[in-house]
Amino acid sequence: MVRKSLRQHLFSTVITAFSIALAGGLLMAVWVVKDQSQAAFTGVNAGFDAVLGARGSKLQLVLNTIFHIEESPGNIPYADFEQVRTNGAVRVAIPVALGDNYLGYRIVGTATNLFTDVEHSPGRRFDLAAGRSFDPGLREGVVGSFAAERLGLRVGDKFKPYHGLLFDPNNRHDEDYVVVGVMRPSNTPADRVIWIPLQGVQLMTGHDPKNAGDLSGVLIKFKDTSPLTARQLDLFYNKQGNRLTFAWPIAQVVAQLFNKIAWVDRVLALVAYLVAVVATGSILVSIYNSMKERRRDIAILRALGARRAVIFSAIVAEAAVIAGMGMVAAFAVHVAILTGVAAVVRTQTGVVLDPFMLHPVMAWAPLGMIAMAALAGLVPAWKAYRTPVAENLVPQS
Amino acid sequence: MALLEIRNLKKSFRAPDGSITTVVEIPAFDLEARQRVALSGASGSGKTTFLNLIAGILVPDLGSVVLDGVDLATAKEAARDRIRAVSIGYIFQTFNLLQGYTCLENVLLGMSFGPGSDRGRAEELLRRVGLGDRLRHYPRQLSTGQQQRVAVARALANRPKLVLADEPTGNLDHRAGLESLALIREACTESGAALLLVSHDREVLAQFDDRRDLLALNRAAHAQEVAS
Repeated sequence: MVRKSLRQHLFSTVITAFSIALAGGLLMAVWVVKDQSQAAFTGVNAGFDAVLGARGSKLQLVLNTIFHIEESPGNIPYADFEQVRTNGAVRVAIPVALGDNYLGYRIVGTATNLFTDVEHSPGRRFDLAAGRSFDPGLREGVVGSFAAERLGLRVGDKFKPYHGLLFDPNNRHDEDYVVVGVMRPSNTPADRVIWIPLQGVQLMTGHDPKNAGDLSGVLIKFKDTSPLTARQLDLFYNKQGNRLTFAWPIAQVVAQLFNKIAWVDRVLALVAYLVAVVATGSILVSIYNSMKERRRDIAILRALGARRAVIFSAIVAEAAVIAGMGMVAAFAVHVAILTGVAAVVRTQTGVVLDPFMLHPVMAWAPLGMIAMAALAGLVPAWKAYRTPVAENLVPQS
Repeated sequence: MALLEIRNLKKSFRAPDGSITTVVEIPAFDLEARQRVALSGASGSGKTTFLNLIAGILVPDLGSVVLDGVDLATAKEAARDRIRAVSIGYIFQTFNLLQGYTCLENVLLGMSFGPGSDRGRAEELLRRVGLGDRLRHYPRQLSTGQQQRVAVARALANRPKLVLADEPTGNLDHRAGLESLALIREACTESGAALLLVSHDREVLAQFDDRRDLLALNRAAHAQEVAS
């Protein structure tokens, strides 16, 4: 009976299921994007435990040096790098210097041990897919996988850096750099960066010679994971000193960002809930509006012996089935939204979201939507339940 | 004991202006198993209301309708639904086929509320009424006479003890009407069902040995006729 009814009202069934698909897909996407992006951002540390930089916001420092999406809070003297590098608790210290870009992709000056001493995730280093690491004394560059793909750069290609973090065609430097390596995808923000020797940034024509030895920050990996040594450095730089900022632990610093924008999540969730309610309401309206034309069929079914409860259940089931069909399609909508969002997030931040990753919302959202649809179906079902048989069956003689 | 025993049956309706009109008032009516009775009834004689009371679709204000030992006047709605599904086959004047269902599905759906769907029997019944090659046709794809035959097959599908036929030839031409009537009588004889048919067509009524005048049976209709 349900299948027949759905077929008889095919157009409204398809339209209503489509609205459920959009609402369900949006609902799932909001949840998955929220949780996945939070997990991805707080999970991304590119293999480092802390960042040392100029006095200022820890969040800005981390976003600038790890995620490459913020302005630098300022420079620090090279001596500070040497000091922290020789600290007994520090296993690896990588200097970074920013200030240039190539067609909008940041150029970061660093040391070659970034490619040899750092594991961006357990057991995985910043490997090269082609070429070799740059020579610190030459104008050479290693391009992150995403930047290489977008810029079309290959080993042997030449490029001229542009001054500043934002691309301005009027600010081109004179130096020619040669691409000597392309990195394998690391699924970290490093994929969006063009890495060149530290001195390359420091001595680029047009840069202030007075700041030639300065750095934007130092990326730090400790020898052990004990927080004791990190706390000592935290105390030394943040509490006792007032010249530098020691951003540690990185995940906690990034979490501040999500705390600050938590209201956006709540607004998005509220909108998604409202869309879901409107969509399930459309099921109610769709079935309710068709009750007039169904009255005769209902009367015939009752005359054939169908109990009221059967009719009532069929209408509720019909609402639930429409929602179920919609939620099946919602997974396609969800993947489409996630794919689009993931592309934007990757382009802007280098953080990778997985559109196919499973999430609890993929269980509770369909169940919730079907339950809500069944609830919405109670109204037309009650109308069907109360349909008088005789007067809808044949005219009274 | 008769298959159907009706005593002091009364049914009234409230008109939109608040007045109450008695449509059916029948002191007594009996029908034995396998008996075939034709009721003559002109428009306004309360024939459809009478059949709906027997089918348990309507509940009388007074009196009893005992079918196969169960009083439909006092039985709960679920029990009346069950009796309608199992013991009664109803052939409507307008056939009342479900337009979204094929011939076969119309018959199967009727069975599903009774003893259960039996595809073989449904197909056999449709072949028996000459629609073996129309099983998957929808009602709109059939002639009026063919639709009537689907209605007959559906009414007999659950092997009912009583078949109610409300002006079964009313929408058919003369020849098709007589053919349909013969089919109903034959099918009831084969299945052992009693038949209660109402019609105002004299030629149809003439086909039955046992004919009764509803106008005479129904005091309410008689009173209205006298008043008018």
